[in-house]
Amino acid sequence: MIGVITHSLFARFFPMTTHVPDDALVTLNAVNKHYGQLHVLKDINLKVRKGEVVVVIGPSGSGKSTLCRAINRLETIEGGSISIDGKVLPEEGKELAQLRADVGMVFQSFNLFAHKTILENVTLGPIKVKGTSKAAAEKDAMALLERVGVGHQAPKLPAQLSGGQQQRVAIARALAMKPKVMLFDEPTSALDPEMINEVLDVMVQLAKEGMTMIVVTHEMGFARKAADRVVFMADGQIVEDATPEEFFTNPKSDRAKDFLSKLLTH
Amino acid sequence: MDVIIENLPLYWNGFLRTLFLSAVSGIFALILGTLLAAARVSPVAALRGFSTVYVEVLRNTPLTIAFFFAAVVLPRIGVKFEQFEIAAIIALSTYTAAFIAEAVRSGVNSVPVGQAEAARSIGMKFGQVLSLIILPQALRTVIPPLINILIALVKNSSVAGAFFVLELFGYGRQMANANGDAVITVLLGTAFFYLLLTVPLGILANTVERKVAIAR
Repeated sequence: MIGVITHSLFARFFPMTTHVPDDALVTLNAVNKHYGQLHVLKDINLKVRKGEVVVVIGPSGSGKSTLCRAINRLETIEGGSISIDGKVLPEEGKELAQLRADVGMVFQSFNLFAHKTILENVTLGPIKVKGTSKAAAEKDAMALLERVGVGHQAPKLPAQLSGGQQQRVAIARALAMKPKVMLFDEPTSALDPEMINEVLDVMVQLAKEGMTMIVVTHEMGFARKAADRVVFMADGQIVEDATPEEFFTNPKSDRAKDFLSKLLTH
Repeated sequence: MDVIIENLPLYWNGFLRTLFLSAVSGIFALILGTLLAAARVSPVAALRGFSTVYVEVLRNTPLTIAFFFAAVVLPRIGVKFEQFEIAAIIALSTYTAAFIAEAVRSGVNSVPVGQAEAARSIGMKFGQVLSLIILPQALRTVIPPLINILIALVKNSSVAGAFFVLELFGYGRQMANANGDAVITVLLGTAFFYLLLTVPLGILANTVERKVAIAR
């Protein structure tokens, strides 16, 4: 009895220390980066557990895209460490390529391979990186393309598809590698308004299925609907790290209050 | 006009030799140039450095120096060959490779950086990113300057004439010496046979360019 009380009291006063996420899939430890004089990432510490959906929001230039790109080393970092599933991100080379295969990335500008068909875009990774047979890769790819609703576009080239369709193909391409975690770098920012939802729907579905996701976005609706945690960044720092409910209804910092008030007035 | 018809076998012989020199040197230059371009954009600093130095030295010195090295210096340091054609091929391909490397590199740079990032993100290694994603897309922008370089190569092959290799220009000079009264006609004939090689290259450039066009 006493044990229960003391335990709950302890948890009440030290919520962070009792809940150390041992199952962290992505860990950023004191990450620092400069662009010349600009300190874009200041001592970033972040843990993302398996199955967690973390939405990173913040004003332009706050470093959120850089943070996202640093996680699969498209941006190098100067200090600290980033590890994925317990493995520290290696330097350039074969090991880095292997690690990247486990980290799906979706870009703002889709970046589908312009000279390959939709189907080839999705099968290329499994065939060339994982050594999957062409037949098996195509079967998987078709299933993924159906899942994101662009199955009938398989033989076309990327330029023949709308932005929303291209982005869904990009998600399928990343999923084809069966990644442990998916990174989304402003996936809907380059889309026409009417195409944003078709991409967000796919992402919400993915979140429901238990995919670990780190999503940099300006879509507050998505953050409310699908996020487990909202990370608010400003000036290269993580200013708040809270549940969406907490963050949107009761932001703690002035910086976040200011940011949210500007969103609501428009 | 008679002098051209009379010497048609000589012209033809020279034409074939120039074609041979250009084709073989062109193939070697394309391979070497592409490797140099790959080295230039590789993550390994030493390769980038080597490629930069190579390109800058070969691109900024006269072709005759490359010929001199291949024909005179190489045999002195122990690289012997039976025929001077080999020296000519070495000189022409190493020289032309520098220009091809630059053209391919600019083509690589013309491909949006997002393409390489996407390829790296799905776990491709440097060689795969380059050969599967970047180079096929760079081809479109590279073809026109590449053909220009090959046309220059055909014309540059005439320098071989000064290094004991008989080719179209060498024969032309022989014929001009033998027919002192018809020098202009002989040289016009020589020019015509060069055009026979270079004009089709230009036409080829246009055809290929249209074929590999990629919609964006």
